[in-house]
Amino acid sequence: MAEEVIRLKKKKGSTLKDEIAKILPEGGNLNLCLTCGMCSSGCPATGLHDMDPRKFLRMAALGMDEELKKHPWSWMCTMCMRCIYVCPMQINIPQLVFNIRGQWPREERPKGILGSCDMALRNDTCSAMGTTEEDFQFVVEDVLEEVRETQPGWEELEAPINKHGAYFFLNQNSREPVTEPDEMVPLWKIMHLAGADWTYGTKGWAAENYCMFMADNDAWKHILEVKVKAVEDLGCKVWLNTE
Amino acid sequence: MQDPCQLVRKSFGDPVAADLRYVVKSVVGEENFVDMTPNFSNNFCCGGGGGFLQSGYAEERRAYGKVKLDQILTTKADYCITPCHNCHAQVHDLSEHYEAGYHTVHLWTLICLSLGVLGENERVYLGPDLADVNMPPGAEE
Repeated sequence: MAEEVIRLKKKKGSTLKDEIAKILPEGGNLNLCLTCGMCSSGCPATGLHDMDPRKFLRMAALGMDEELKKHPWSWMCTMCMRCIYVCPMQINIPQLVFNIRGQWPREERPKGILGSCDMALRNDTCSAMGTTEEDFQFVVEDVLEEVRETQPGWEELEAPINKHGAYFFLNQNSREPVTEPDEMVPLWKIMHLAGADWTYGTKGWAAENYCMFMADNDAWKHILEVKVKAVEDLGCKVWLNTE
Repeated sequence: MQDPCQLVRKSFGDPVAADLRYVVKSVVGEENFVDMTPNFSNNFCCGGGGGFLQSGYAEERRAYGKVKLDQILTTKADYCITPCHNCHAQVHDLSEHYEAGYHTVHLWTLICLSLGVLGENERVYLGPDLADVNMPPGAEE
């Protein structure tokens, strides 16, 4: 005698998975899962809060949208793409996670990420720590001056800012200028020894983009556009992102 | 050496991972380099990416990072090189939290150290064994 059929409460019409598939190339292959488990076996987030990539995708396939939309695991997957790399069907679980992050009410997303994103939107430096153009320039010039004065052989070291036409536009994680400015110096020395023609920009110098982690599409696009404009305004050929 | 997901798997693939190893071996000497397993595009994420460091889920982040920690400890290496900012923060925190004893360094630190141009204020992440090595001439003290 057959067991009673388990009926999932599935809403009519398209599910969250279908909606997300619409905006992904090849639909993210979200319907092609063979349930082999390669994704989960190599995922360091497997087991956190009783979740893993395969289970996450199964829940999406079963239309368990509400459960997925409030599951904190979306914030524990780093979207590192190891799962899709080993998946025989190239299923885009990282993008599924990203778009489910975007389903969270903005104010309920993790405070640390939200705060960093909002801080970056404040000014054109895009710094998640809120560092202004003036502060960045001051720190760079201050550190440079000290190196030139105290380190023999480095009197000619440069850390150009807003140098028009430089080949490389170099950006920098906010943590260096703000909390450990001496860590910028080794990079300057390497650029100097390599004879690289480079510059920082007072606008768009911050490497990080927490708005992207937060899956706030308008915001991360804005951040990216500010940075691209900064590179283009200086006429640089290559944008070097240290992040 | 950690293969940063953003740089390797998500951007330039195995060729850049090979380039990184070429640089690292040139800098530290081939006999001093121990690769972790798995590596290149198959390496594991450290757990610092995707906003995890800022998400407030510290306990979960460190549980995630246990995979990376064990990978590093298996190599018995004294230093883990992290050519990515997020990786550096996470791998460094894992060593502190689990009292693992290894040091975590930026690639730029080792390049400058090997060139003999790493200033004394630029050595925060070096352990005592390398703290005074190759100090540039004229450095104070």
